[in-house]
Amino acid sequence: MTASHAEEPTRRDFLYIATGAMGAVGAGALAWPFIDQLNPDTSVKALASIEVDISSVAEGAAITVTWRGKPVFIRHRTAEEIAAAEAVDLKELRDPQMDKDRVQKPEWLIMVGVCTHLGCVPLGQKGEYGGWFCPCHGSQYDTSGRIRKGPAPQNLAIPDYVFVTDNRVKIG
Amino acid sequence: MSGHSEFQPTSAPAKWLERRLPILSLLHGAAVAFPTPKNLNYWWTFGGILMFCLGVQILTGIILAMHFTPHVDMAFSSVEHIMRDVNYGWLIRYIHSNGASMFFIAVYIHMFRGLYYGSYKEPRELIWILGVVIYLLMMAAAFFGYVIVWGQMSFWGATVITNLFGAIPVVGDGLLSLLWGGFSVDNPTLNRFFSLHYLVPFLIAGLVILHIWALHVPGNNNPLGIDVKGPQDTVTFHPYYTVKDTFAVVMFMLFFAFFVFYMPNALGDPDNYIEANRLSTPAHIVPEWYLLPYYAILRSIPDKLFGVGAMGLAIVTLFLIPWLDTSRVRSARFRPLYKQFFWLFVIDAVVLGYIGAKPPEGMYLIIGRLATAYYFFHFYIILPVLGLVETPKPLPESISKSVLDKSAAGKPA
Amino acid sequence: MTNKLQIILGGVFLAAAAIALPLDAAHASEGGELKHVNWSFNGPFGTFDRAQLKRGFQVYREVCSACHSVKFMSYRNLSEAGGPEYTDAETKTIAATNKVMDGPDRDGEMFERPAEPKDRIVKPFPNDNAARAANNGALPPDLSLMTKARHDGPNYVYSILTGYADAPEGVVMADGMNYNHYFPGQQIAMPPPLSDDQVTYEDGAPATLDQMAQDVSAFLTWTAEPKLEDRHKLGLKVVLFLIVFAGLLFASYKRIWKDQH
Repeated sequence: MTASHAEEPTRRDFLYIATGAMGAVGAGALAWPFIDQLNPDTSVKALASIEVDISSVAEGAAITVTWRGKPVFIRHRTAEEIAAAEAVDLKELRDPQMDKDRVQKPEWLIMVGVCTHLGCVPLGQKGEYGGWFCPCHGSQYDTSGRIRKGPAPQNLAIPDYVFVTDNRVKIG
Repeated sequence: MSGHSEFQPTSAPAKWLERRLPILSLLHGAAVAFPTPKNLNYWWTFGGILMFCLGVQILTGIILAMHFTPHVDMAFSSVEHIMRDVNYGWLIRYIHSNGASMFFIAVYIHMFRGLYYGSYKEPRELIWILGVVIYLLMMAAAFFGYVIVWGQMSFWGATVITNLFGAIPVVGDGLLSLLWGGFSVDNPTLNRFFSLHYLVPFLIAGLVILHIWALHVPGNNNPLGIDVKGPQDTVTFHPYYTVKDTFAVVMFMLFFAFFVFYMPNALGDPDNYIEANRLSTPAHIVPEWYLLPYYAILRSIPDKLFGVGAMGLAIVTLFLIPWLDTSRVRSARFRPLYKQFFWLFVIDAVVLGYIGAKPPEGMYLIIGRLATAYYFFHFYIILPVLGLVETPKPLPESISKSVLDKSAAGKPA
Repeated sequence: MTNKLQIILGGVFLAAAAIALPLDAAHASEGGELKHVNWSFNGPFGTFDRAQLKRGFQVYREVCSACHSVKFMSYRNLSEAGGPEYTDAETKTIAATNKVMDGPDRDGEMFERPAEPKDRIVKPFPNDNAARAANNGALPPDLSLMTKARHDGPNYVYSILTGYADAPEGVVMADGMNYNHYFPGQQIAMPPPLSDDQVTYEDGAPATLDQMAQDVSAFLTWTAEPKLEDRHKLGLKVVLFLIVFAGLLFASYKRIWKDQH
């Protein structure tokens, strides 16, 4: 040790603070891998998009596919349903959104089938608005999947999707 | 744990807690104010290093269990999934697999330190015995962990080790089916080993608390092996030994990191990167390095029952050391003969480890038998006899006097 | 003080080397002494040579994959950092040249579709028995972990691939077996897989037997340890951090103990 007694207090304090800070930085850096391992891994991320053949879905019918572990409703809407959805006055809506902003092609309504209240799966063509009805807490959605009644705060979510061809849609 | 804490909480929440559960004064007495001999050397830091190892294994193990699948069809590929897909999975898995080796390196140093400085002697016999129990549980945990990876060595190691129990007369066969949950090592075996692999570390943690509790009754032994005479011989655990142990842990982490990042598979067997195949046994079945000495003892005796018996006795012997050693002087520093026999025993243990990795044939078999014989000779003949015939060197008066003499000699006049 | 620290640090690394080296030697292979290549991924700063991994993958795809799977690899791995790093589009194209079974569809039928990056690299045989049946009863092992499943794996694979020769006089070869100097027992079921100019490298490198053997060995080192580069990079940071931290702690330790000596 070469330090002289006169300068001791500040140098000593600085040494201890530096050591402690270094330890804190190390502990923080070490924590990251242990937290990040909880995030979706690369094999999960790789499954993040799916392609669906919709050629066999007749008008008025719907299919449910699984995407990222959640149901996705693909509904081939009838002309009446489209008309009903487009006729709604935005002022009536809790989460105002035009029907045309929710679809790429009016006859195909594609949305995540998870109630925005607490995550249950709503039942199709039920409820007062001819759309979806969630059995858990009674949220009601219209033919565009917009929330109309009940506790849910938002419309059913629209996933990213593209029509690869007229009959194939790629979700995610 | 030591009881003599002067600790008085100052803040209101601390006072509130202390009145209801005096845990703060307990911790203060055990880890802050605890009087510790001032002359402990670096060999004494391995207790702290071992606590670090246990913490690392439990933490990384809990995380690996989140991603691992204990099923014969998926165990091996779920490990590869961890290595390839899970974020930082490779890091966590390599820390865990090398951590087992690090744990054993540290525990062997800790045990040899105890042997050298006579830390197992009156009044510390129970500390030693609890330590041996911890060591046994560590071997069990390491074995279970090695099996559940479900590589070739896992499967065949499990087959060989469980078959040892088949050597027991009369009940052997029934015991085997009971251990396996089937007619061979199979899915039920993997499942129960996984469950036990998760359980045992917590048993170890509980025993570590007892081990430290028992240590805090007489206090630490020290390199001189003489008793603490008064406060002039000790320093408080914090900050003196907290800083020293932390420094030692960080140095150990460097050693650890060297393996994890630059030679993560050096301590493992390449065969364990081949998925378990019940139709093909690897050419050489060897356990992990830390079990090799016992494996050598097992194989040095050409009889299944007696081989297993010798291996069992080799372990049981460790429990008896406090009574096999008849000398009243603790530290080998003052036992000129024991010091030499200690090093001979270290060499013997290393030789046994080396032989354990070699095929049991020719020279290896002969050396293995000699080394096995010496192992027992050391404990059952040398230790008791030395205490009777050896003339120890004079012991210093006190720790503080010895420390003062040493620093006076070390400083220029 | 610094000297003592240096001694301790040196001791740590010496101890690590002292433990690791004899273990290394203890695993000596029963085949001939392996040939040694100066791989780009050797050493604490080693990285993969991207061009070499691409060439190695080409050799795997055009030659090895006729019999050997790499079942732990997915096509997406080919475009991930630390590997050959094909572009996403290239990976898609590579994947799409293979067919995978998918389904069942809505009629309950299984159907074939082109592979996508998320799919595992397609295996040559649907199961081990089919692989045995097509290979004279010998099972071509999966190669994903081969370089970690053999001692000194990269050199082992390279040595095997370049180690074929005519059996020396007096050595009786079993039926259908080939002489290989580096294989344990010297008799290997796999016929010599590589010969000069067997592939035409996309990057124009000369496709000598030696070059192809090195390239595919490097590729298989990556399939066994796809995070090798991450590991080396993180290791450097961790070791540097720990050295500085240890230095500070040692200084604190000396300062705290000053009044006791």
